[in-house]
Amino acid sequence: MTTTRPEGLQPAAENGVLADAPAGAADGAASPSLLRRAASVSELWTFLILAALVAFFTIAAPGKFFTTYDLTQIAVNAAIYLVLGVGMTYVVITAGIDLSIGSVLVLAAVAAGEYNIHHGGAGAGWGTVAVCVVIALVVGAAWGALQGVVVATEKVPPLIVTLGGLGAALGIAELATGGQDPADAAATNLQNTLGYGKLLGIPWLVILAAAVTLVFGLVLGTTRFGTHTFAIGSNPAASRRAGIRVGRHLVKVYALMGLLAGLGAVMWLASYGTTSIAGHSTDNLKVITAVVLGGTSLFGGRGSVLGTVIGVFIPAVLSTGLIVIGVQQYWQDVAVGVVLVAAVYIDQMRRRTRERS
Amino acid sequence: MAEPLLEARGVVKRFGHVHALQGADFTAFAGEVVALIGDNGAGKSTLVGVLSGVLAPDGGEIRIDGAPVRFGGPQDARRHGLETVYQDLSLAQDLDAPANLYLGRELVRGGLLGRIGVLDRPAMRREAVRAFAELGVTLKDPSAPVAALSGGQRQSVAVARAVAFANRVIFLDEPTAALGVVQRARVLETVRRVADRGICVVLISHNMPEVLSVADRVEVLRLGRRVASLRGAETTIEELVGAMTGSLDRAADPAPSAQVASAPASPATDSAPGPGRPDAEPRTVGAAGTTWAEAAEATEAATPARPATPQQPEHQRAEDEEAR
Repeated sequence: MTTTRPEGLQPAAENGVLADAPAGAADGAASPSLLRRAASVSELWTFLILAALVAFFTIAAPGKFFTTYDLTQIAVNAAIYLVLGVGMTYVVITAGIDLSIGSVLVLAAVAAGEYNIHHGGAGAGWGTVAVCVVIALVVGAAWGALQGVVVATEKVPPLIVTLGGLGAALGIAELATGGQDPADAAATNLQNTLGYGKLLGIPWLVILAAAVTLVFGLVLGTTRFGTHTFAIGSNPAASRRAGIRVGRHLVKVYALMGLLAGLGAVMWLASYGTTSIAGHSTDNLKVITAVVLGGTSLFGGRGSVLGTVIGVFIPAVLSTGLIVIGVQQYWQDVAVGVVLVAAVYIDQMRRRTRERS
Repeated sequence: MAEPLLEARGVVKRFGHVHALQGADFTAFAGEVVALIGDNGAGKSTLVGVLSGVLAPDGGEIRIDGAPVRFGGPQDARRHGLETVYQDLSLAQDLDAPANLYLGRELVRGGLLGRIGVLDRPAMRREAVRAFAELGVTLKDPSAPVAALSGGQRQSVAVARAVAFANRVIFLDEPTAALGVVQRARVLETVRRVADRGICVVLISHNMPEVLSVADRVEVLRLGRRVASLRGAETTIEELVGAMTGSLDRAADPAPSAQVASAPASPATDSAPGPGRPDAEPRTVGAAGTTWAEAAEATEAATPARPATPQQPEHQRAEDEEAR
C-alpha cells in the first residue's frame, strides 16, 4: 500500500547537484516510470497470479466455480487466516516472525471457552458472550506482548521466542482442559450471530475480517505507527537514532499479533463451536505463507496488508477450485509450496540487485 | 570573543578496559567548519557519539552556548539543534526520501486524524522537495524508496535531513568516504554553504587534502585526547599527520604553541597514518598519568601507542577564529 503512490509533482529538472548523472541510465530501459513502478510493486504480481487462478477455474468449470456460494465459502474459510495474516504482516515487516499464533488462538479460545462453560454453557446470555470475547482478546494480546518484551529487550530471536511460545501456550491450554476439547465452549448466541449470521447476504465473519483488514491496512499505510513499523524493519539502528522507541514499538506489534489471534479465537468459536485444541498446529505456516506470497519481505521493511489479502486468497481459491474441477485438493499444497519458494526467491533476487546498485 | 557554540571538556568514555576518551576536549563555533581528525582508534567516533547523544560519557561535560547539557539519547541532542550524518547514512532503505527526512518526527494531519497519527504525506513531500532544492538537489521521483537511489543521492538525503533540522551543529562522519570525485566536491560545497548559514559543521575525516580544502579549523585527537587545534589555512598535511601520529611531539618544546609551529625537520613528512616509530615510546612511558598498557588498549590500532603527555591543547588559535 505504501509503495503505490500517484506520480505527481515530477520535478522538471533531472539530476540535481548531489545527484550523479548516470542514475537514470543505470535503470536500463528508458521505460515510462509509471510502468516501471507498477512492475516493481510486488502486489501486482501476486494479484495477477490470483486473477489467473480465478480465470482458470472459471473457464475449467463454467457455471460451477464463480458462484456466490463458492465465493462466500472461500471468504468464510479465509476470514480467520486473513485476521491472523494482518497481524503477521506487521510482525514480518519488522523483520520478525510469530510461530505461536495457532497456539495463542487455542489458548485464547480455551480461556474464553472455560469461562463460558462455567457461566451458562451453550445457553449463556449476552453478558457472558461479551466477557468471553474480552477474555479471548486480553489473553491473546497479553501473550503477544509478553513475547514482544522478550524479543525487544532480551534480544532473543523472534523465531525462538515464538517457537517457545508455540509450545508453552498449547501446553497451558492442554493443562487447563486435560487435552480434550470441552463441550459447550461457545454460546449459541455467539454462533448464531457472528458464526452463521449474515448482513445483506454477507456473513458477519467476512465483514469482521474485512473491517479488521481495512483498519489495520490503513494504519500501516497512512499513519506514523505504520511508518515506524517499516522503518524498524528497514534499519533498526537508524530508527533508534531517529528517536523511535524501537523496543516499545516491537512490543506493540507483537501485542497486536496476539490481539488478532485472540480475535481469531472468537471467530473460530463462533464458527465451529469448539476450541479445536489439536487443529491449529499449522496455522502459523499457512499465515506466514500468505503473508510472504503477498510480497511482504521476510527480511523486513517491505510489505502490505493488501498483498496479504491476495496471499490469503491464493490457497483458498486453489483448494476450492481444485475440488470444483475434480482434482485431488492435495495438489494445493504442492502448488502453494512451489509458489512460496518462488516468491521468496524473487524477493532475494530483488534484494541482491538492489545491493549491487 | 564569542562563546563556543559547542564545547566538550575533559570527556571520558570507557568501553570495558578500553579508554576510548581520556579527558577529551572539543570546541566548535557557529558558522565554521571544524574538522575532527585522528588516527584509527583515536576516539573520533566515540567523541562524536558522545556529542550527538548516542553514547553517554563516563565523565566530563558538554556545554552548548556555555550552558552544561546532558543528553539522554540522540533525540535530546536533536532537540538542541544538533544533527548527525552517520557514516552509514542511517537511512531506512525501504522508505522514500520524504519519509526518511522526517523519520521520527513525521508531520501529521490536523484534528482527529492527526491525533491518531495519520501522516500528512503531501506536506512532508512538499517540504522535502523544498529542503532538497535548498541544497541544489532534485530527486527525480521523491516517492521512490531510498534503496533505488544512487549513492550520491542517498548521501544527499542524509545531508538534507541534517541540514533541514539542525540549527546549531551538524556532525558529518566520513561523509565522502563512499563517494566519487564529483560527488565529493559537491558534498564539500554543501558543507561550506551550510556553515555560511551560521551553522557549525563538524567534519570527521581521514582525507587530509579534503580537510585542508574545506575546514576553517582542525582539531586533532590522539589516544582519546585533543592534542592540537590548528587553523586550516595555516597548516599543512605534514603538520596534521605529525599531530595525529604524535611524531611531532619529539620536536615539541613545552610551550603550548609548539604544536602549531611548523616543524620542517619533522620526520613526519614521510609518514602516513600507520605503524610508526616505536623508538619514540620508551622515553615518555610513565611520564603521563596513564600507563603504557592502558594507552595501548585505547588505541587498539596501528598508531604507536604512546601515552599522551598532559599537554594543554592549544586554544589560542581557536579563539582567533572570530565566530559570528
